[in-house]
Amino acid sequence: MNDPLILYASLITLFLPVAGFALVTFSLGRIKKVFIGEISLMAVSLLSSVYILIDKLFLHPGVTSVFEFSWISFATGTGNQPINVKLGISVDSVTAILMFAVMLISFLVHLFSVEYMHGDKRFNRYFGYLGLFTFSMLGIVLTHNLLMMYIFWELVGLSSYLLIGFWFEKDSAADAAKKAFLVNRIGDIGMFLGILILFITYGTFTFSEIFAGIGSGKLPFDSEGWLTAAGILVFLGAVGKSAQFPLHVWLPDAMEGPTPVSALIHAATMVAAGVYLVIRIFVMLTADAMVFIAVIGALTAFISATIALTQNDIKKVLAYSTISQLGYMVMSLGVGAYAFAFFHLITHAFFKAGLFLGSGSVIHAMHHEQDIRNMGGLRKKMPVTYFSFLAYTLAICGIPLTSGFLSKDGILAGTYSFGLLTGHWLIPILGFSVVLLTAFYMFRLLFKTFHGKPADLHKYEHAHESPFLMAMPLVVLAVLSVFFWYGLNPASPDSAWFVSKWIDVPAKVVPESSNFSFMNTTATGGESLYNAEYTEAQHHAHFPTMIMSLLFDIIAIGLALLFYIYFKLNSRKLAAALPAVYNFSLRKWYFDEFYNGVIVKGTLLFSSVLYAFDKYIIDGIVNFSAYLTKLISRVSSAFDIIFVDGLVNFTAYINGFAGKHLRRIQTGKVQTYLVLVLFALLTLIILFKP
Amino acid sequence: MESMSVGLTHFLVLSSLLFSLGIYGILTRKNAVLVLMGVELVLNSANINFIAFSRFGNFGYDGQLMALFVIVLAAAEAAIALAIVLNIYKSFHNVNVDEIDKLKE
Amino acid sequence: MSTYDLIFYLFAAITLLSGFVVVTSKNIIYSAFSLLFTFFGVTGIYALLGADFIAVVQLVVYVGGILILLIFGVMLTNKVTNVDLKTGGVNVLPAAIGTGLFAGALTAIMSKNYWRAGNITYEETTIYTLGSKLLLEYSLIFELLAILLLVALVGAAVIARRGRES
Repeated sequence: MNDPLILYASLITLFLPVAGFALVTFSLGRIKKVFIGEISLMAVSLLSSVYILIDKLFLHPGVTSVFEFSWISFATGTGNQPINVKLGISVDSVTAILMFAVMLISFLVHLFSVEYMHGDKRFNRYFGYLGLFTFSMLGIVLTHNLLMMYIFWELVGLSSYLLIGFWFEKDSAADAAKKAFLVNRIGDIGMFLGILILFITYGTFTFSEIFAGIGSGKLPFDSEGWLTAAGILVFLGAVGKSAQFPLHVWLPDAMEGPTPVSALIHAATMVAAGVYLVIRIFVMLTADAMVFIAVIGALTAFISATIALTQNDIKKVLAYSTISQLGYMVMSLGVGAYAFAFFHLITHAFFKAGLFLGSGSVIHAMHHEQDIRNMGGLRKKMPVTYFSFLAYTLAICGIPLTSGFLSKDGILAGTYSFGLLTGHWLIPILGFSVVLLTAFYMFRLLFKTFHGKPADLHKYEHAHESPFLMAMPLVVLAVLSVFFWYGLNPASPDSAWFVSKWIDVPAKVVPESSNFSFMNTTATGGESLYNAEYTEAQHHAHFPTMIMSLLFDIIAIGLALLFYIYFKLNSRKLAAALPAVYNFSLRKWYFDEFYNGVIVKGTLLFSSVLYAFDKYIIDGIVNFSAYLTKLISRVSSAFDIIFVDGLVNFTAYINGFAGKHLRRIQTGKVQTYLVLVLFALLTLIILFKP
Repeated sequence: MESMSVGLTHFLVLSSLLFSLGIYGILTRKNAVLVLMGVELVLNSANINFIAFSRFGNFGYDGQLMALFVIVLAAAEAAIALAIVLNIYKSFHNVNVDEIDKLKE
Repeated sequence: MSTYDLIFYLFAAITLLSGFVVVTSKNIIYSAFSLLFTFFGVTGIYALLGADFIAVVQLVVYVGGILILLIFGVMLTNKVTNVDLKTGGVNVLPAAIGTGLFAGALTAIMSKNYWRAGNITYEETTIYTLGSKLLLEYSLIFELLAILLLVALVGAAVIARRGRES
C-alpha cells in the first residue's frame, strides 16, 4: 500500500535540511541570525520523520512504500531489453528508524553547536553545512536505487570534507579534509565498478529489480564468482565510508573538525552509511563475500581497539572506538546477524554521539584542551556530563541494563554460532577479545578524565558545567542508551523489538550453490534468512556469550581500576617494559607511515618517472613538430603573398572597373528604377509567353 | 466568343487599360501628389477586376467585399501618403519626385 | 447593340479619357478634376456590374474623401497664389513605350484567355448580404480594418506634425 502521506512526509524530511542550507547560503551573510531559521527547518523535518517512524513501526508494520518515476528510458540496452532508469524512494521500517535516528541526532547536534560554536566567525555557514550533510544522509537512507545512492554517497563525502576542513586556517584540518576525501575516493571507485557490473547485467539500478534478477538465476557474466566480486566491490564503498581496515586511516584525522561534527558525522551517521549500504545489498551477498566482509569487520574491530588503548587525545580514543564498533557491525552482517547489525547501528549512533558530545562538553569546559593527561577530577565540576558519559561508557562496554548490551550480545552470539556452523573461529575470537579491549580503554578514558586528581589546576579551576543547550542533548542521548527503549527484557537480545518485531530479515536471493547451507531458501522456506539449525545455534550461543562478555568486562574494568584509580599497577612501567608493543599501538600499527612510505612515495616516484618521460620524449616531439610547422608556414606565407593576394587584387580591380561604369545607371530617382522594373517585367512576359 | 454583347472580357480590357494609364502616371509625373493619383487609378482598375469576377465568376459576393476592403486601404494609404508628402515639402520645399534623390548618396 | 452595351461604352470612354487627362495634363488642377470624372466613370461601371453598394461607397469615399484629400495636398504643397501649378514629366518616352507594350500584353492576356465565366443573378439589392457577410464571415478582417484606419489616422497626424515642429 502506498500511502501518499508517507511520500510527502519523506520529501519534507528530505528537503527541509537542504532548504536550510540554501537559506544560509543565499542569505550571503546579510542575515545575522539565519541559523535559527535553519534549526527551525530541522525541527519540522524531525517531526516529519517521527510521523514516518510511527506509521512504519506501529500503524503499518511490515509495509514497504515505494515511490518511483522513470527518469531516462533507452529503447535498447544489453540483450535488446529496454533500459529504464528509475529514480525513487523506498520507505520501510529500517529506513524509518534510521531516518529518525539521523534527524534526532542531527537536531541535538544543532542545539549543542549553538553553544559550542558560539563566537565562531563562520557560525552561520557551519549550520548550512550541517543542513547539507543531513540532506545527503537522508538521501542515502531513502533511496531505492544504486544510482541515487552513489550520488548521495558523494554528497555526504563532500559535506564531510567541508566540515572536517571547517577550520581550514589550520593546516592539520585542511590536510585531514583532503585525506578523508581521497581515501574515501579509493573505496568509491570499487563501489562504482560494482554498480557498473550490476547495471550492465541487469539494466537497472533499482535494488528490488537487481535482486529479482539474481533470484531468477541471471548472474553477472554467468558466473557466481562475478556475483561475489560485485558484492565485494560495492562493499568497498562501505569500507571507505565506514572506515574499515585498510581504509580506516582517515577517520582519526577527521577529528580535526569541530567536535559536534565528529559526533554527527564521524560517529553516528555518515560512517554508519557504509553499514546501511551493506544492509541494503545484504541479500545478494554470496557466502564468500560474507566471509570476506566478516573478516574485514573483525580485523577492523580488533586493530582499532588495540590502537585505542594507548591514545591520549580524548577524541582520538573515541575515533578508534568508533572504527572498532563499526567493525562490529560489518562483522555482524558478515556472519548473518542482520537485525543485530542494524540494532547496533542505532544504539551505537546514540551512545557514540553522546560520547562525542560529552567530550565536546569537556573540551569546551577545558578551553580546547584535548589531552586526557591534562585532565582529571572533572567529575565534581561537571556532574551532568559525567553521569551521562558514564551511561554511554557502560552502554559501549555492553554492561547489562544498557542498550549496548542487547545489541552487542546479539552480534557476539551471531559470530559464535557462525563459528559453530562454519568453523571460522577466528571471527568470534577477535570479536570477544575486542570486548575486553573496549571495556579497558573506555574506562581508562573515563577514569583519566573524570576521576583522580586534576593534572592542570589552572584549567581545572576554570572548568564549569556546560549550559543548558549543551547539557540537554547529553541527557536525551543518555536516556536513549537505556534498555527499555529497545525491549522489555534487559537480558534477552532476541526479544528486543528490533529483532522480534521491527526488522524483517529478508531471505537471500543468491544461488544455493554459493550460499551458506543454513541460509538457503529451500532450507528456510523462503520466508526468513535462517533455517532452524542456525536459530538453534544462535539460541544456544546466547548464554555462553553473555557469561563470557560479562567476564571480560569485569576483568577489563578491574584492570582499569587497578591501573588508574588505585595505582596498584603502573602503566608507564608496563609501557617501558614492552616498548615494541607499546609503540606499535601508539603509532597506530604504522599504517600512516606505511601508506606514506609505499603509496604516496611510490606515486611520487612514478610521477617523477612520467615527468622525465614528458620532458625528454613528449616535449622533444612537440618541439620538433613546432619546428616543422614553422617551416611549412614560411613556405605557405610566400605562396599567399604572390598567388593568393594577386588573385584577390585582380578580382578587386575587375569589380572596381565594372562599378565605375555601371554607376551611371544609379540615378537615385525612384521613377527611373520603376521604368527599369517595368521593362524587366515585360521581358519576363515575353520570355515566358505561353 | 460572341464579342458583340458586353461580357467579362470587356470589363477586363477596360481595367487593363486603366491600369496601364495609372502605371504611366506613376512613372512620368514629377509632382508627388500626381503620382498618388496614378496609384489611385491602379487601385480602381484592380477593383473593377474584383467586381467583374464577382459578377461573372463563381465567387459570389466575396469579390465585392474585397473591393470594399481595397477602398478602405486606399483611404488609409491616401492619408498616410499625403502626410508623408507634406513632410517632404517641409524638408525640401517642393514635392518633385525627380529632385528628391537622396537615395543616390 | 443593347442599351446596356451603349451605357458600358459610354462609361468606359469617360473613365479612359479622363484617366488619360489625369496622367498627361500639365496643370495639376486639371488632373485633379479629371480624376473626379474617372472615379465617376468607374462608379458607373460598378453599377453596371450590379454592385450597387460598392458604387455608392466609391462615390462617397473616393469622390467625397480621397479626392478632396488629394486636392488639399495639391493646395498645401504648391504656391497657388503664384499660379505655379504647372508640372512636367520625366522619362516620358521610355515610360510611354513601356506602358504601351505593357497595356498591349495585358489586354492580350485578358482577351485571349478563356475565363470560366458563370453568370450569377444578383438580388435586387446587395446591401443585406454584404452586411451580414461583413459582420459574420469577415468580422475579424472588419475589426482589423477598423484598427488599421485608426492607426493610419493617428500615424498620419503624427507624421504631419513632426514636419511642422522641425
